Amino acid sequence: MEEVKLMKGNEAIAHAAIRYGFDGYFGYPITPQSEVLETLEELMPWETTGMVVLQAESEVAAINMVYGGAASGKAVMTSSSSPGVSLKQEGISYLAGAELPALILNVMRGGPGLGTIQPSQADYFQATKGGGHGDYHLIVLSPATVQEMADFVGLGMDLAFKYRTPAMILADGIVGQMMEKVVLPPFRPRRTAEQIAEQCPWAATGKGNRKHRNVITSLEMDSARMEENNHRFQRTYEEIRKNEVRFKEYYTDDAEYIIVAFGTVARICLKAIEDARKQGIKVGLLRPITLWPFPTEALASLAGRVKGMLTVELNAGQMVEDVRLAVNGRIPVYHFGRMGGMIPNPGEVLDALRANFPEIK
Amino acid sequence: MKEEIIIAGFGGQGVLSMGKILAYAGLMHDLEVTWMPAYGPEQRGGTANVTVILSDSSISSPIVDSYDTAVILNQQSLDKFERKVKPGGTLLYDPYGIHHAPTRTDINIVPVEAMLKSVELKNAKTYNMILLGALLAKRPIVPVEAVIKGLRKTLPERHHHLIPLNEQAIEAGMKLVE
Amino acid sequence: MNAMKPEDIIKPENKVYSRPRLLDERNTHYCPGCSHGVVHRLVAELIDEMGLECTTIGVAPVGCAVFAYNYIDVDWVEAAHGRAPAVATALSRLNPGHLVFTYQGDGDLAAIGTAETIHAANRGENIVIIFINNAIYGMTGGQMAPTTLLGQKTATTPYGRRADLNGYPLRISELLAQLDGTCYVTRQAVHTPASVRKTKAAIKKAFQNALEGRGTSIVEVVSTCNSGWKLSPAKSNEWMAEHMFERYPLGDLKNV
Repeated sequence: MEEVKLMKGNEAIAHAAIRYGFDGYFGYPITPQSEVLETLEELMPWETTGMVVLQAESEVAAINMVYGGAASGKAVMTSSSSPGVSLKQEGISYLAGAELPALILNVMRGGPGLGTIQPSQADYFQATKGGGHGDYHLIVLSPATVQEMADFVGLGMDLAFKYRTPAMILADGIVGQMMEKVVLPPFRPRRTAEQIAEQCPWAATGKGNRKHRNVITSLEMDSARMEENNHRFQRTYEEIRKNEVRFKEYYTDDAEYIIVAFGTVARICLKAIEDARKQGIKVGLLRPITLWPFPTEALASLAGRVKGMLTVELNAGQMVEDVRLAVNGRIPVYHFGRMGGMIPNPGEVLDALRANFPEIK
Repeated sequence: MKEEIIIAGFGGQGVLSMGKILAYAGLMHDLEVTWMPAYGPEQRGGTANVTVILSDSSISSPIVDSYDTAVILNQQSLDKFERKVKPGGTLLYDPYGIHHAPTRTDINIVPVEAMLKSVELKNAKTYNMILLGALLAKRPIVPVEAVIKGLRKTLPERHHHLIPLNEQAIEAGMKLVE
Repeated sequence: MNAMKPEDIIKPENKVYSRPRLLDERNTHYCPGCSHGVVHRLVAELIDEMGLECTTIGVAPVGCAVFAYNYIDVDWVEAAHGRAPAVATALSRLNPGHLVFTYQGDGDLAAIGTAETIHAANRGENIVIIFINNAIYGMTGGQMAPTTLLGQKTATTPYGRRADLNGYPLRISELLAQLDGTCYVTRQAVHTPASVRKTKAAIKKAFQNALEGRGTSIVEVVSTCNSGWKLSPAKSNEWMAEHMFERYPLGDLKNV
C-alpha cells in the first residue's frame, strides 16, 4: 500500500517535483509559499536525482532561469506568490512566445500591491487571461486539496510538454499552508539526454549530432511570419480547449441553483451545500479544475436547467465574468467574494445564496 | 465521528505544533485530517491559531463556522472564539493571564492550569503537551498511543529522547482535569 | 606581358584569411564599421578551433546583438532584455559539460540586467559573458547607456551626459572583478589587428575557464558605434581610443 503522509500543500509540491523527475527548480522566497524552496533545499535532490535547486536573486531571475532550462528541453519549474508572480510575467510571456514548456506555481495572497500575506484568489484574471504582454494563454490548474497540489505538479508539466506551453498551478494560500493527508506520486527517473532529444527535438542542448542549430526565440521581425506564429499559438490553444477542460460537479443532478467556486473555496462551498441540502435547498456545485481552459460548455448546459448561479471567490468578482459569458444571459449569475485575506465560512456562503436568491426560504 | 477544533493563543506558545501533533495522531488513528493555520509574519508574540479537523469520513471544508472544541491560551483568543463553540461543545482554557473568564453556560468550560503545571515540571516547552493531555481527557478523539506514534513520526531522531517527557506532560494534563 | 587572372591569385597557398566555418555566409544587420562583426568572427573561430561546435549554447541579448543567433552556427537561446546571465545560469547548471556564453551590450548587461549580471557572477556560474561596451544604445536609436561618457551626446542626452542629471559612466567590469565568483575579468578592444588578436586570446581563455569549471569570466570589448556616435568608422576608432580608453582602460582586471 502507498504510504499516506501528512504535509502542507507547499511541501507536497516540493516532494512531487522531485518524484516526477524535474530537472530544476528556481525560486525566490515569498510568503505564503516559501516552504516549496525550503523543502527542496532540505531534501537535497541534487544528491539523489540530480535535480538542480537554486535560490535566485529575484523572481525575475528565477523565471528567466526557468526559461533557460526549458529552452534546453528540461523539466523546470518555479513558484511564488502574487507580487512575485507579477514580476515573473515578463518571463512567462517569453516562455509562451518561445513555445516553451514549464511549470509555475502561484500560491495567491491578497493584493493589490504588497497587499497581505493571507489567502486570496485575486490573480484569476492575471492567470487566465494572459498576465503578461501579447496574445497567449497558460494552462491553469486549480487545486483544492493537498493531494491535488501533489498531483498537479505532474499533470501540469505533462500538459506543458504535450502542448509546448507554460502551465500554472493557481493555488490559494489556504491549500499552500494547510496540512492534509497525501499519497505522493511514485518516483520516476529524470529523462536522459536521449529521451530529451526525442521528446524535445527543438531544444537548444548544443548541436550534438544535429546538422542544423536550434534557436529558441520569441522574436520575429517579419510581421507576416509573426502573425503566422500567433495563428500557430491560437491553434494550440484551440486544441487545449478541446481536450483539456477539467471540472467536478457535486449535487448538480437535481440542483435548482449552482455555486461555482474554485480551489479551497469550492470546499467551503461544498460544506455550505451539505448544510443547505439538510434544509431542503436544492443547490449544487461546479468546481472548475482547469481555470483555463474554462468549463464553458458544462456551465452553459447547466444554465438550461437551473434558476441561477452564484460564484464564490476570494476576490471582487473575476471568474464570475467567465461564468456569465458561459451562461450568456440565460439565468442570473451573482458573485459573492471576500477580499484582503478574509475567508468566508460555510454559513456566510449560505447567507449569500439566500441574499441573492430571495425566493430561497 | 467528526471533531472540529480550534487552538488559539500567542505565537511561541506551541499552538501550531500542538495542532500538528493532534493532526499526526489523527493520521496514525486512520482518520481524515485537516490542519489549517491562520499564518502570520510573526514567529513569536503575534496571535496564532490553527483549525484541526479529525473525521472518520472525508472532510469537505477546512474552514468552519463553529467548533466542537476550542483550546484557548490568551484573552484575545477567548474573546474571539468563545462564541464560536457549538452549544454543548467544550472550551478548554488556561486561566493564566485571563482577566475575563468565559461566561457561556451552554458549553463545557474546562480551566486547565497548564502554565503553572509546566513551571512545576520545570520545562516551559511541555506547556502545549499538558493542554493536549487535558484535551484528550475531555475529548478522547484519539488514543494517547496515537499521539506518541505521531510524535515519533514528526520529531527528528535527535529529539526522540524528549518523547518520555512529552508523555509525562500529557499524563499530567490529563490528571489536571480529572 | 600577360595580365594576371583571378584564378592565378585564388590559390590555397595565397590564402591569408577565410570566413570561419561556423560564421554563416550571409550579410549581418550590423552597420558597416561596427565592432560586433569582428567579435562574432572571433567567437565563431574559437568555437570551431576549440572543437566546441556541438556542445556550445549561446545566449543572445536584447540590443544590436539580438540576432547573433542568425550568424554563428551553434544552438542559441534568445533572452529577455538583461536576463541573459539568468538564462545562462540554468543552461549551464542543467547542461554540464557544455560551454554556455552570453553575448551582451552595455544597456542589457549594465542597466536593465545589472542584478542578473552581478548575481550570476557572484555565484561563480561557469559561464562566459562577452560584453560589448559601445557607450550607447545602438538598436533603439542611440540613447544614453550606463557606460555613456560624461559630456557624450546621445538621443536622450542631447546636450551631453551630465553627472548631476544622469550619474556617472558605470565601470561594471571593475565592479565584477571584486566578486569572489569571477575568475577572469578583462577589458579589450578590436580596433587594430593587434587588439583583435588580444581579444581572441582573452575569449579563448574565458572559454577555457568555463570548460574547467573555474567560475565566471567576463570579456569586455570596448567597441564603436559609428551610427550612434554619428562618426565614420575610422573616426569612431579614433574617438574610442581618445576618449573611451581613458574611462575604460584596456587590460586584465582580474586573472586568477
